[in-house]
Amino acid sequence: MRDTLDEPRADDAPLSTSKHESAAVDAASASLVEAKGDTLVGRTVTINRPRAELFAYWRNFGNLATFMENVERVDVIDDTRSHWVVKAPAGKTAEWDATVVEEIENALLAWSSDEGADVPNSGRIEFSDAGARGTVVTATILYDPPAGTVGRLIAKMFQREPAIQARRDLRRFKQLMETGEIATGARNRRLQEEGKN
Amino acid sequence: MRALAWHGRHDVRVDTVDDPEILNPRDAIIKITSTAICGSDLHLYDGYIPTMMAGDILGHEFMGEVVEVGAKSTLRKGQRVVVPFTIACGSCYHCGKHQYSACDNGLPADNQDIGQELYGQPMSGLFGYSHLTGGYSGGQAEYVRVPFSDVGPIVIPDGVDDEKVLFLSDILPTGWMAAENADIEPGDTVAVWGCGPVGLFAVQSAFLMGAERVIAIDHFPHRLELAKRFGAETINFEETATYEALMQMTGGIGPDAVIDAVGLEAHGFFVDNVIDQIKKSTFLGTDRIHSIRQAIVACRKGGRVSMPAVYGGFVDKFPLGAFMEKGLTLKTGQTHVQHYLPGLLNAIMEGKIDTTFLISHTLPLEQAPDGYKMFHGNQNEVTKVVLKPEWAQAAE
Repeated sequence: MRDTLDEPRADDAPLSTSKHESAAVDAASASLVEAKGDTLVGRTVTINRPRAELFAYWRNFGNLATFMENVERVDVIDDTRSHWVVKAPAGKTAEWDATVVEEIENALLAWSSDEGADVPNSGRIEFSDAGARGTVVTATILYDPPAGTVGRLIAKMFQREPAIQARRDLRRFKQLMETGEIATGARNRRLQEEGKN
Repeated sequence: MRALAWHGRHDVRVDTVDDPEILNPRDAIIKITSTAICGSDLHLYDGYIPTMMAGDILGHEFMGEVVEVGAKSTLRKGQRVVVPFTIACGSCYHCGKHQYSACDNGLPADNQDIGQELYGQPMSGLFGYSHLTGGYSGGQAEYVRVPFSDVGPIVIPDGVDDEKVLFLSDILPTGWMAAENADIEPGDTVAVWGCGPVGLFAVQSAFLMGAERVIAIDHFPHRLELAKRFGAETINFEETATYEALMQMTGGIGPDAVIDAVGLEAHGFFVDNVIDQIKKSTFLGTDRIHSIRQAIVACRKGGRVSMPAVYGGFVDKFPLGAFMEKGLTLKTGQTHVQHYLPGLLNAIMEGKIDTTFLISHTLPLEQAPDGYKMFHGNQNEVTKVVLKPEWAQAAE
Protein backbone atom coordinates (compact mmCIF):
# COMPACT_ATOMS: atom_id res chain seq x y z
CA MET A 1 0.00 0.00 0.00
CA ARG A 2 2.65 2.44 0.99
CA ASP A 3 4.44 2.28 -2.31
CA THR A 4 1.79 4.56 -3.79
CA LEU A 5 3.23 7.26 -1.59
CA ASP A 6 6.43 7.31 -3.50
CA GLU A 7 4.80 7.63 -6.87
CA PRO A 8 5.14 11.09 -8.27
CA ARG A 9 1.87 13.05 -8.04
CA ALA A 10 0.27 13.96 -11.34
CA ASP A 11 -0.58 17.48 -10.20
CA ASP A 12 -0.76 19.86 -7.26
CA ALA A 13 -4.43 19.30 -6.41
CA PRO A 14 -5.55 18.23 -2.89
CA LEU A 15 -5.58 14.47 -2.31
CA SER A 16 -9.26 14.50 -1.42
CA THR A 17 -10.07 15.56 -4.98
CA SER A 18 -8.22 12.64 -6.53
CA LYS A 19 -10.03 10.27 -8.87
CA HIS A 20 -7.90 7.43 -7.46
CA GLU A 21 -9.54 7.05 -4.11
CA SER A 22 -7.59 4.32 -2.40
CA ALA A 23 -4.20 5.71 -3.37
CA ALA A 24 -5.35 9.09 -2.08
CA VAL A 25 -6.49 7.56 1.22
CA ASP A 26 -3.10 5.89 1.62
CA ALA A 27 -1.23 9.08 0.93
CA ALA A 28 -3.50 11.10 3.21
CA SER A 29 -3.15 8.49 5.97
CA ALA A 30 0.58 8.88 5.91
CA SER A 31 0.38 12.65 6.11
CA LEU A 32 -2.24 12.50 8.86
CA VAL A 33 0.21 10.64 11.08
CA GLU A 34 -2.30 7.94 11.94
CA ALA A 35 -4.60 6.06 9.61
CA LYS A 36 -8.06 5.83 11.08
CA GLY A 37 -10.23 4.80 8.21
CA ASP A 38 -10.78 4.38 4.54
CA THR A 39 -13.02 7.31 3.77
CA LEU A 40 -11.43 10.65 2.99
CA VAL A 41 -13.13 14.02 3.13
CA GLY A 42 -11.45 17.29 2.28
CA ARG A 43 -12.98 20.74 2.41
CA THR A 44 -11.57 24.24 2.07
CA VAL A 45 -13.13 27.57 2.87
CA THR A 46 -11.73 31.10 2.90
CA ILE A 47 -12.71 33.17 5.92
CA ASN A 48 -12.33 36.93 6.01
CA ARG A 49 -10.76 36.99 9.50
CA PRO A 50 -7.19 36.79 10.84
CA ARG A 51 -5.59 33.37 11.19
CA ALA A 52 -4.90 33.65 14.92
CA GLU A 53 -8.52 34.47 15.71
CA LEU A 54 -9.84 31.47 13.79
CA PHE A 55 -7.28 29.13 15.30
CA ALA A 56 -8.04 30.30 18.82
CA TYR A 57 -11.77 29.74 18.38
CA TRP A 58 -11.26 26.27 16.96
CA ARG A 59 -8.62 25.29 19.52
CA ASN A 60 -11.19 25.77 22.26
CA PHE A 61 -12.91 22.49 21.35
CA GLY A 62 -15.93 23.29 23.47
CA ASN A 63 -16.80 25.89 20.79
CA LEU A 64 -17.09 23.34 18.00
CA ALA A 65 -20.66 22.32 18.83
CA THR A 66 -21.83 25.86 18.03
CA PHE A 67 -21.32 25.29 14.31
CA MET A 68 -20.93 21.51 13.88
CA GLU A 69 -24.50 20.39 13.44
CA ASN A 70 -23.96 16.71 14.27
CA VAL A 71 -21.87 17.40 17.32
CA GLU A 72 -23.92 17.46 20.50
CA ARG A 73 -21.00 18.55 22.64
CA VAL A 74 -17.24 18.34 23.04
CA ASP A 75 -15.92 18.08 26.60
CA VAL A 76 -12.36 19.24 27.07
CA ILE A 77 -10.52 16.65 29.20
CA ASP A 78 -7.08 18.25 29.26
CA ASP A 79 -4.89 20.29 26.96
CA THR A 80 -4.74 17.66 24.22
CA ARG A 81 -7.64 15.32 24.96
CA SER A 82 -11.35 15.82 24.46
CA HIS A 83 -14.50 13.73 24.60
CA TRP A 84 -16.88 13.92 21.63
CA VAL A 85 -20.61 13.21 21.68
CA VAL A 86 -22.06 13.13 18.20
CA LYS A 87 -25.71 12.79 17.18
CA ALA A 88 -26.64 9.56 15.47
CA PRO A 89 -29.97 8.54 13.92
CA ALA A 90 -32.90 7.40 16.07
CA GLY A 91 -31.92 9.59 18.99
CA LYS A 92 -28.70 7.67 19.59
CA THR A 93 -25.26 9.12 20.01
CA ALA A 94 -21.78 8.06 18.99
CA GLU A 95 -18.91 8.89 21.34
CA TRP A 96 -15.17 8.88 21.39
CA ASP A 97 -12.14 10.45 22.94
CA ALA A 98 -9.79 12.29 20.66
CA THR A 99 -6.20 13.39 21.16
CA VAL A 100 -4.37 16.24 19.51
CA VAL A 101 -1.39 14.52 17.89
CA GLU A 102 0.17 17.54 16.27
CA GLU A 103 -0.19 21.25 16.81
CA ILE A 104 1.45 24.28 15.27
CA GLU A 105 0.06 27.42 16.82
CA ASN A 106 -2.18 29.41 14.47
CA ALA A 107 -1.44 26.98 11.64
CA LEU A 108 -2.30 23.34 12.24
CA LEU A 109 -4.24 20.96 14.45
CA ALA A 110 -4.17 17.22 13.85
CA TRP A 111 -6.20 14.79 15.91
CA SER A 112 -6.83 11.10 16.20
CA SER A 113 -9.56 9.19 18.01
CA ASP A 114 -8.45 6.92 20.87
CA GLU A 115 -8.97 3.14 21.05
CA GLY A 116 -12.59 2.06 21.36
CA ALA A 117 -14.11 4.93 19.39
CA ASP A 118 -17.62 4.29 18.01
CA VAL A 119 -16.43 5.90 14.79
CA PRO A 120 -12.64 5.79 14.49
CA ASN A 121 -11.47 9.00 12.85
CA SER A 122 -8.50 11.25 12.38
CA GLY A 123 -7.88 14.45 10.61
CA ARG A 124 -6.24 17.79 10.42
CA ILE A 125 -7.36 21.36 10.14
CA GLU A 126 -4.97 23.83 8.61
CA PHE A 127 -5.00 27.62 8.66
CA SER A 128 -3.01 29.61 6.15
CA ASP A 129 -2.88 33.31 5.29
CA ALA A 130 -4.85 34.48 2.27
CA GLY A 131 -3.76 38.10 2.21
CA ALA A 132 -6.63 40.55 1.83
CA ARG A 133 -9.06 37.64 1.71
CA GLY A 134 -8.30 36.49 5.23
CA THR A 135 -7.47 32.88 5.99
CA VAL A 136 -7.78 29.63 4.07
CA VAL A 137 -9.10 26.89 6.34
CA THR A 138 -8.70 23.31 5.12
CA ALA A 139 -10.19 20.31 6.88
CA THR A 140 -9.09 16.80 5.96
CA ILE A 141 -10.86 13.95 7.70
CA LEU A 142 -10.35 10.20 7.55
CA TYR A 143 -12.91 7.97 9.21
CA ASP A 144 -13.98 4.38 9.42
CA PRO A 145 -17.69 3.75 9.02
CA PRO A 146 -18.57 1.17 11.69
CA ALA A 147 -20.24 -2.20 11.28
CA GLY A 148 -23.00 -3.80 13.42
CA THR A 149 -26.60 -2.72 13.84
CA VAL A 150 -26.03 0.53 15.66
CA GLY A 151 -22.95 0.91 13.58
CA ARG A 152 -24.91 0.61 10.40
CA LEU A 153 -27.22 3.40 11.50
CA ILE A 154 -24.28 5.57 12.32
CA ALA A 155 -22.61 4.54 9.12
CA LYS A 156 -25.69 5.47 7.18
CA MET A 157 -25.48 8.95 8.54
CA PHE A 158 -21.77 9.22 8.04
CA GLN A 159 -21.65 7.58 4.64
CA ARG A 160 -24.43 9.65 3.30
CA GLU A 161 -23.34 12.85 4.78
CA PRO A 162 -19.68 13.30 5.66
CA ALA A 163 -18.68 15.39 2.69
CA ILE A 164 -21.84 17.46 2.85
CA GLN A 165 -21.66 17.74 6.62
CA ALA A 166 -18.06 18.92 6.59
CA ARG A 167 -18.86 21.46 3.91
CA ARG A 168 -21.88 22.78 5.83
CA ASP A 169 -19.98 22.87 9.13
CA LEU A 170 -17.20 24.89 7.56
CA ARG A 171 -19.76 27.28 6.07
CA ARG A 172 -21.29 27.75 9.53
CA PHE A 173 -17.82 28.33 10.99
CA LYS A 174 -17.25 30.97 8.32
CA GLN A 175 -20.61 32.62 9.03
CA LEU A 176 -19.98 32.72 12.75
CA MET A 177 -16.48 34.14 12.35
CA GLU A 178 -17.35 36.68 9.64
CA THR A 179 -20.80 37.83 10.73
CA GLY A 180 -20.97 36.90 14.41
CA GLU A 181 -23.99 34.68 13.82
CA ILE A 182 -25.18 31.62 11.93
CA ALA A 183 -27.71 32.39 9.21
CA THR A 184 -31.18 30.94 9.52
CA GLY A 185 -34.13 31.32 7.19
CA ALA A 186 -36.59 30.56 9.99
CA ARG A 187 -39.16 33.19 10.92
CA ASN A 188 -39.22 32.49 14.64
CA ARG A 189 -37.92 30.14 17.33
CA ARG A 190 -40.58 27.50 16.81
CA LEU A 191 -39.74 27.12 13.11
CA GLN A 192 -36.03 27.25 13.87
CA GLU A 193 -36.35 24.41 16.36
CA GLU A 194 -38.31 22.40 13.81
CA GLY A 195 -35.36 22.87 11.47
CA LYS A 196 -37.39 24.79 8.88
CA ASN A 197 -35.19 26.85 6.65
CA MET B 1 -50.11 38.20 12.02
CA ARG B 2 -51.76 38.17 8.59
CA ALA B 3 -49.58 37.15 5.65
CA LEU B 4 -49.86 36.09 2.03
CA ALA B 5 -48.97 32.41 1.97
CA TRP B 6 -48.30 30.16 -0.99
CA HIS B 7 -50.29 26.93 -1.03
CA GLY B 8 -49.78 25.67 -4.55
CA ARG B 9 -50.16 26.58 -8.18
CA HIS B 10 -52.49 29.59 -8.50
CA ASP B 11 -53.35 29.16 -4.84
CA VAL B 12 -52.20 31.96 -2.56
CA ARG B 13 -54.15 32.92 0.56
CA VAL B 14 -53.98 35.46 3.33
CA ASP B 15 -53.51 33.34 6.45
CA THR B 16 -53.07 34.01 10.13
CA VAL B 17 -49.58 32.75 11.04
CA ASP B 18 -47.32 33.13 14.02
CA ASP B 19 -45.28 36.32 14.18
CA PRO B 20 -41.61 36.65 13.30
CA GLU B 21 -39.08 36.97 16.12
CA ILE B 22 -35.54 38.20 16.54
CA LEU B 23 -33.33 35.12 16.18
CA ASN B 24 -29.87 36.58 15.57
CA PRO B 25 -28.15 39.65 17.03
CA ARG B 26 -28.19 41.59 13.77
CA ASP B 27 -31.91 40.98 13.07
CA ALA B 28 -34.67 43.54 13.09
CA ILE B 29 -38.44 43.13 12.87
CA ILE B 30 -40.17 45.45 10.41
CA LYS B 31 -43.85 46.37 10.56
CA ILE B 32 -44.84 46.53 6.90
CA THR B 33 -46.45 49.68 5.51
CA SER B 34 -46.15 48.90 1.77
CA THR B 35 -45.20 45.82 -0.22
CA ALA B 36 -45.46 45.02 -3.91
CA ILE B 37 -46.02 41.99 -6.10
CA CYS B 38 -43.03 41.48 -8.41
CA GLY B 39 -43.22 39.98 -11.88
CA SER B 40 -41.00 37.22 -10.57
CA ASP B 41 -43.61 36.40 -7.90
CA LEU B 42 -45.80 35.21 -10.77
CA HIS B 43 -43.39 32.33 -11.33
CA LEU B 44 -43.97 31.18 -7.77
CA TYR B 45 -47.69 31.67 -8.44
CA ASP B 46 -47.44 29.58 -11.59
CA GLY B 47 -45.68 26.84 -9.62
CA TYR B 48 -42.47 26.94 -11.65
CA ILE B 49 -40.06 27.35 -8.77
CA PRO B 50 -39.05 24.17 -6.94
CA THR B 51 -38.75 23.74 -3.15
CA MET B 52 -41.77 25.88 -2.34
CA MET B 53 -43.65 24.60 0.69
CA ALA B 54 -47.29 25.20 1.57
CA GLY B 55 -47.42 28.13 3.97
CA ASP B 56 -44.32 29.92 2.65
CA ILE B 57 -44.78 33.68 2.88
CA LEU B 58 -44.04 35.54 -0.36
CA GLY B 59 -42.80 39.03 -1.11
CA HIS B 60 -39.38 40.60 -1.66
CA GLU B 61 -40.35 44.22 -2.32
CA PHE B 62 -41.31 45.82 0.97
CA MET B 63 -40.77 48.63 3.44
CA GLY B 64 -42.02 49.62 6.84
CA GLU B 65 -41.28 50.71 10.36
CA VAL B 66 -38.68 49.20 12.67
CA VAL B 67 -40.48 47.76 15.70
CA GLU B 68 -37.86 45.49 17.23
CA VAL B 69 -34.08 45.22 16.98
CA GLY B 70 -31.45 42.65 17.94
CA ALA B 71 -28.46 43.57 20.09
CA LYS B 72 -26.20 44.23 17.09
CA SER B 73 -28.69 45.98 14.80
CA THR B 74 -27.85 49.60 14.04
CA LEU B 75 -31.50 50.48 13.39
CA ARG B 76 -33.71 52.18 15.94
CA LYS B 77 -37.34 51.56 16.71
CA GLY B 78 -39.60 53.91 14.81
CA GLN B 79 -37.31 54.38 11.81
CA ARG B 80 -38.82 53.91 8.37
CA VAL B 81 -36.77 51.63 6.13
CA VAL B 82 -36.78 50.06 2.69
CA VAL B 83 -35.32 46.55 2.68
CA PRO B 84 -33.22 45.13 -0.22
CA PHE B 85 -34.49 41.84 -1.66
CA THR B 86 -30.99 40.37 -1.47
CA ILE B 87 -29.87 39.23 1.99
CA ALA B 88 -26.18 40.03 2.40
CA CYS B 89 -23.92 40.01 5.45
CA GLY B 90 -21.70 43.00 4.73
CA SER B 91 -18.69 41.24 6.26
CA CYS B 92 -17.49 38.71 3.69
CA TYR B 93 -15.00 39.29 0.89
CA HIS B 94 -17.71 39.77 -1.75
CA CYS B 95 -19.70 42.25 0.34
CA GLY B 96 -16.42 44.09 0.90
CA LYS B 97 -16.23 44.52 -2.87
CA HIS B 98 -19.89 45.64 -2.89
CA GLN B 99 -20.86 42.47 -4.76
CA TYR B 100 -23.72 42.02 -2.34
CA SER B 101 -25.76 39.51 -4.34
CA ALA B 102 -22.67 37.27 -4.27
CA CYS B 103 -22.58 37.35 -0.46
CA ASP B 104 -21.06 34.21 1.05
CA ASN B 105 -23.18 34.21 4.18
CA GLY B 106 -26.69 35.35 3.26
CA LEU B 107 -27.88 31.79 2.71
CA PRO B 108 -28.14 29.31 5.56
CA ALA B 109 -25.37 26.70 5.24
CA ASP B 110 -27.69 23.84 4.28
CA ASN B 111 -29.42 25.90 1.58
CA GLN B 112 -26.08 26.63 -0.09
CA ASP B 113 -25.74 23.10 -1.46
CA ILE B 114 -28.00 23.56 -4.46
CA GLY B 115 -26.29 26.76 -5.63
CA GLN B 116 -22.96 25.06 -5.23
CA GLU B 117 -24.14 22.17 -7.40
CA LEU B 118 -25.89 24.30 -10.04
CA TYR B 119 -23.57 27.28 -10.30
CA GLY B 120 -20.27 26.24 -8.73
CA GLN B 121 -20.69 28.64 -5.80
CA PRO B 122 -23.79 29.62 -3.85
CA MET B 123 -25.18 33.19 -4.05
CA SER B 124 -26.83 35.43 -1.46
CA GLY B 125 -30.18 34.78 0.19
CA LEU B 126 -33.46 36.30 -1.04
CA PHE B 127 -36.69 37.08 0.78
CA GLY B 128 -39.81 35.08 0.04
CA TYR B 129 -38.44 33.12 -2.88
CA SER B 130 -38.43 29.39 -2.09
CA HIS B 131 -36.08 27.36 0.04
CA LEU B 132 -33.37 27.43 -2.59
CA THR B 133 -32.81 31.06 -1.70
CA GLY B 134 -32.86 30.49 2.05
CA GLY B 135 -36.49 29.88 2.97
CA TYR B 136 -36.76 33.41 4.37
CA SER B 137 -40.35 34.54 4.99
CA GLY B 138 -41.21 37.42 2.69
CA GLY B 139 -42.70 40.84 3.19
CA GLN B 140 -46.26 40.41 1.85
CA ALA B 141 -47.23 40.28 5.49
CA GLU B 142 -47.82 42.49 8.50
CA TYR B 143 -44.35 41.86 9.90
CA VAL B 144 -41.09 40.43 8.62
CA ARG B 145 -37.80 39.33 10.17
CA VAL B 146 -34.88 41.09 8.46
CA PRO B 147 -31.43 39.53 8.98
CA PHE B 148 -28.27 41.69 8.79
CA SER B 149 -30.40 44.76 9.45
CA ASP B 150 -27.23 46.80 10.05
CA VAL B 151 -26.27 46.33 6.38
CA GLY B 152 -29.33 46.07 4.16
CA PRO B 153 -32.18 48.42 5.06
CA ILE B 154 -31.93 52.10 4.15
CA VAL B 155 -33.53 54.67 6.44
CA ILE B 156 -36.09 56.91 4.71
CA PRO B 157 -36.48 60.54 5.80
CA ASP B 158 -39.82 61.52 7.27
CA GLY B 159 -42.36 63.02 4.93
CA VAL B 160 -41.39 60.96 1.89
CA ASP B 161 -44.27 58.82 0.62
CA ASP B 162 -43.84 55.05 0.53
CA GLU B 163 -44.71 55.09 -3.15
CA LYS B 164 -41.68 57.21 -3.95
CA VAL B 165 -39.15 54.87 -2.35
CA LEU B 166 -40.69 51.38 -2.20
CA PHE B 167 -39.02 50.26 -5.42
CA LEU B 168 -35.56 50.83 -3.99
CA SER B 169 -36.07 47.28 -2.69
CA ASP B 170 -35.52 45.61 -6.06
CA ILE B 171 -36.64 46.91 -9.42
CA LEU B 172 -35.20 50.44 -9.34
CA PRO B 173 -31.62 49.39 -8.46
CA THR B 174 -32.02 46.48 -10.88
CA GLY B 175 -32.93 48.84 -13.72
CA TRP B 176 -30.14 51.21 -12.71
CA MET B 177 -27.52 48.44 -12.56
CA ALA B 178 -28.72 47.25 -15.97
CA ALA B 179 -27.94 50.68 -17.43
CA GLU B 180 -24.65 50.91 -15.54
CA ASN B 181 -23.65 47.50 -16.91
CA ALA B 182 -24.21 48.87 -20.41
CA ASP B 183 -21.29 51.30 -19.87
CA ILE B 184 -23.22 54.07 -21.57
CA GLU B 185 -21.25 56.89 -23.15
CA PRO B 186 -22.72 60.31 -23.98
CA GLY B 187 -24.37 60.19 -27.38
CA ASP B 188 -25.04 56.44 -27.28
CA THR B 189 -28.11 54.73 -28.61
CA VAL B 190 -29.33 52.07 -26.19
CA ALA B 191 -31.92 49.40 -26.99
CA VAL B 192 -33.94 47.86 -24.16
CA TRP B 193 -35.82 44.59 -24.59
CA GLY B 194 -38.79 44.40 -22.21
CA CYS B 195 -40.75 47.31 -20.73
CA GLY B 196 -41.59 45.76 -17.41
CA PRO B 197 -40.55 47.70 -14.31
CA VAL B 198 -36.85 46.82 -14.73
CA GLY B 199 -36.86 47.78 -18.42
CA LEU B 200 -38.70 51.04 -17.71
CA PHE B 201 -36.28 51.97 -14.94
CA ALA B 202 -33.40 51.03 -17.25
CA VAL B 203 -34.81 53.47 -19.81
CA GLN B 204 -34.86 56.29 -17.24
CA SER B 205 -31.40 55.36 -15.96
CA ALA B 206 -29.89 55.18 -19.46
CA PHE B 207 -30.98 58.76 -20.19
CA LEU B 208 -29.58 59.92 -16.82
CA MET B 209 -26.27 58.29 -17.75
CA GLY B 210 -26.05 60.27 -20.97
CA ALA B 211 -27.70 58.13 -23.63
CA GLU B 212 -28.89 60.25 -26.53
CA ARG B 213 -31.51 57.78 -27.68
CA VAL B 214 -33.20 54.84 -26.04
CA ILE B 215 -35.23 52.39 -28.09
CA ALA B 216 -37.70 50.31 -26.06
CA ILE B 217 -39.02 46.98 -27.33
CA ASP B 218 -42.14 45.21 -26.06
CA HIS B 219 -45.55 44.04 -27.24
CA PHE B 220 -47.78 45.53 -24.52
CA PRO B 221 -49.04 48.89 -25.86
CA HIS B 222 -49.51 50.40 -22.41
CA ARG B 223 -45.98 49.56 -21.36
CA LEU B 224 -44.56 51.00 -24.58
CA GLU B 225 -46.58 54.12 -23.84
CA LEU B 226 -44.88 54.42 -20.44
CA ALA B 227 -41.45 54.04 -22.06
CA LYS B 228 -42.39 56.77 -24.52
CA ARG B 229 -43.28 59.04 -21.61
CA PHE B 230 -39.62 58.91 -20.54
CA GLY B 231 -38.43 59.82 -24.00
CA ALA B 232 -37.83 56.39 -25.49
CA GLU B 233 -38.61 55.52 -29.09
CA THR B 234 -40.58 52.31 -29.28
CA ILE B 235 -40.75 49.09 -31.26
CA ASN B 236 -43.76 46.79 -30.88
CA PHE B 237 -42.34 43.43 -31.90
CA GLU B 238 -45.77 42.10 -32.76
CA GLU B 239 -46.16 44.78 -35.40
CA THR B 240 -42.56 45.31 -36.47
CA ALA B 241 -39.52 43.25 -37.49
CA THR B 242 -37.23 44.18 -34.59
CA TYR B 243 -33.76 43.63 -36.07
CA GLU B 244 -34.61 45.39 -39.33
CA ALA B 245 -36.19 48.30 -37.47
CA LEU B 246 -33.21 48.67 -35.13
CA MET B 247 -30.77 48.66 -38.03
CA GLN B 248 -32.73 51.33 -39.90
CA MET B 249 -33.25 53.44 -36.79
CA THR B 250 -29.50 53.42 -36.12
CA GLY B 251 -28.30 54.15 -39.65
CA GLY B 252 -27.31 50.54 -40.24
CA ILE B 253 -24.90 50.50 -37.29
CA GLY B 254 -26.92 48.82 -34.55
CA PRO B 255 -27.38 50.09 -30.96
CA ASP B 256 -24.17 50.88 -29.03
CA ALA B 257 -25.51 49.03 -26.04
CA VAL B 258 -28.31 46.52 -25.65
CA ILE B 259 -30.17 45.60 -22.47
CA ASP B 260 -32.13 42.38 -22.11
CA ALA B 261 -34.76 42.99 -19.45
CA VAL B 262 -36.92 40.03 -20.44
CA GLY B 263 -35.35 36.67 -19.59
CA LEU B 264 -37.38 34.38 -17.45
CA GLU B 265 -38.60 37.20 -15.23
CA ALA B 266 -37.80 34.89 -12.35
CA HIS B 267 -35.10 35.20 -9.75
CA GLY B 268 -33.25 32.17 -11.02
CA PHE B 269 -33.68 28.52 -10.15
CA PHE B 270 -36.20 27.67 -12.81
CA VAL B 271 -37.67 24.25 -12.23
CA ASP B 272 -36.32 22.80 -15.46
CA ASN B 273 -32.77 23.57 -14.48
CA VAL B 274 -33.02 21.78 -11.21
CA ILE B 275 -34.68 18.81 -12.80
CA ASP B 276 -31.96 18.83 -15.41
CA GLN B 277 -29.34 18.82 -12.73
CA ILE B 278 -31.01 16.03 -10.78
CA LYS B 279 -31.31 13.92 -13.89
CA LYS B 280 -27.75 14.83 -14.79
CA SER B 281 -29.12 15.19 -18.28
CA THR B 282 -27.11 16.41 -21.19
CA PHE B 283 -26.78 20.10 -21.82
CA LEU B 284 -30.11 20.56 -23.53
CA GLY B 285 -31.56 24.03 -23.53
CA THR B 286 -33.80 24.95 -20.61
CA ASP B 287 -34.05 28.72 -20.85
CA ARG B 288 -35.93 30.68 -23.46
CA ILE B 289 -33.41 33.11 -24.83
CA HIS B 290 -35.09 34.79 -27.72
CA SER B 291 -34.51 38.33 -26.46
CA ILE B 292 -30.84 37.95 -25.58
CA ARG B 293 -30.19 36.23 -28.90
CA GLN B 294 -31.82 39.07 -30.78
CA ALA B 295 -30.01 41.67 -28.67
CA ILE B 296 -26.60 40.16 -29.45
CA VAL B 297 -27.30 40.02 -33.16
CA ALA B 298 -28.60 43.62 -33.25
CA CYS B 299 -25.83 45.12 -31.09
CA ARG B 300 -23.22 47.13 -32.98
CA LYS B 301 -19.71 45.74 -33.43
CA GLY B 302 -17.64 46.26 -30.29
CA GLY B 303 -20.80 47.15 -28.35
CA ARG B 304 -21.98 46.26 -24.86
CA VAL B 305 -24.56 43.75 -23.74
CA SER B 306 -26.22 44.13 -20.35
CA MET B 307 -28.40 41.33 -19.05
CA PRO B 308 -30.47 42.11 -15.96
CA ALA B 309 -32.88 39.45 -17.17
CA VAL B 310 -32.72 36.36 -15.03
CA TYR B 311 -31.63 33.05 -16.45
CA GLY B 312 -31.30 29.94 -14.35
CA GLY B 313 -29.79 27.18 -16.38
CA PHE B 314 -28.42 26.15 -19.73
CA VAL B 315 -29.17 27.58 -23.12
CA ASP B 316 -29.16 26.23 -26.58
CA LYS B 317 -28.30 28.07 -29.81
CA PHE B 318 -26.64 30.94 -27.99
CA PRO B 319 -25.08 33.10 -30.73
CA LEU B 320 -21.58 32.69 -29.37
CA GLY B 321 -20.10 33.25 -32.80
CA ALA B 322 -21.71 36.67 -33.24
CA PHE B 323 -20.74 37.51 -29.71
CA MET B 324 -17.08 36.68 -30.30
CA GLU B 325 -16.70 37.90 -33.85
CA LYS B 326 -18.24 41.29 -33.05
CA GLY B 327 -16.12 41.64 -29.92
CA LEU B 328 -19.02 42.31 -27.58
CA THR B 329 -18.84 42.69 -23.80
CA LEU B 330 -21.43 41.12 -21.51
CA LYS B 331 -22.22 42.22 -17.97
CA THR B 332 -24.93 40.66 -15.87
CA GLY B 333 -25.85 39.39 -12.40
CA GLN B 334 -28.39 39.65 -9.62
CA THR B 335 -28.56 43.20 -8.34
CA HIS B 336 -26.11 44.41 -5.70
CA VAL B 337 -28.99 46.37 -4.18
CA GLN B 338 -27.18 47.58 -1.07
CA HIS B 339 -24.51 49.25 -3.21
CA TYR B 340 -27.01 51.44 -5.07
CA LEU B 341 -29.37 52.50 -2.29
CA PRO B 342 -27.80 55.76 -1.04
CA GLY B 343 -27.25 57.18 -4.54
CA LEU B 344 -30.71 56.22 -5.76
CA LEU B 345 -32.45 57.57 -2.68
CA ASN B 346 -30.69 60.87 -3.38
CA ALA B 347 -31.78 60.79 -7.01
CA ILE B 348 -35.39 60.28 -5.86
CA MET B 349 -35.15 63.08 -3.29
CA GLU B 350 -33.74 65.43 -5.94
CA GLY B 351 -36.58 64.53 -8.29
CA LYS B 352 -34.30 63.00 -10.92
CA ILE B 353 -36.05 59.66 -10.82
CA ASP B 354 -39.77 59.05 -10.57
CA THR B 355 -41.08 55.64 -9.62
CA THR B 356 -44.68 56.38 -8.73
CA PHE B 357 -45.89 56.22 -12.36
CA LEU B 358 -45.49 52.46 -12.22
CA ILE B 359 -48.16 51.78 -9.60
CA SER B 360 -51.39 50.87 -11.37
CA HIS B 361 -53.22 49.30 -8.42
CA THR B 362 -53.15 49.59 -4.62
CA LEU B 363 -54.99 46.94 -2.61
CA PRO B 364 -55.40 45.98 1.03
CA LEU B 365 -53.10 43.08 2.00
CA GLU B 366 -56.27 41.07 2.63
CA GLN B 367 -56.98 41.23 -1.11
CA ALA B 368 -53.52 40.08 -2.13
CA PRO B 369 -54.86 36.93 -3.86
CA ASP B 370 -56.97 39.18 -6.11
CA GLY B 371 -53.83 41.20 -6.81
CA TYR B 372 -52.02 38.09 -7.99
CA LYS B 373 -54.94 37.05 -10.17
CA MET B 374 -55.20 40.50 -11.71
CA PHE B 375 -51.48 40.86 -12.35
CA HIS B 376 -51.31 37.35 -13.80
CA GLY B 377 -54.24 37.97 -16.12
CA ASN B 378 -53.42 41.41 -17.47
CA GLN B 379 -49.81 42.45 -17.71
CA ASN B 380 -50.63 45.20 -20.16
CA GLU B 381 -52.60 47.37 -17.76
CA VAL B 382 -51.47 46.01 -14.43
CA THR B 383 -47.92 47.31 -14.20
CA LYS B 384 -47.57 47.18 -10.42
CA VAL B 385 -49.75 46.08 -7.53
CA VAL B 386 -48.94 47.57 -4.13
CA LEU B 387 -50.38 45.92 -1.02
CA LYS B 388 -51.12 47.70 2.26
CA PRO B 389 -51.75 46.13 5.66
CA GLU B 390 -54.74 47.53 7.51
CA TRP B 391 -52.80 50.09 9.59
CA ALA B 392 -51.17 51.57 6.51
CA GLN B 393 -54.53 52.02 4.77
CA ALA B 394 -55.86 53.90 7.78
CA ALA B 395 -52.82 56.15 7.69
CA GLU B 396 -53.53 57.30 4.15
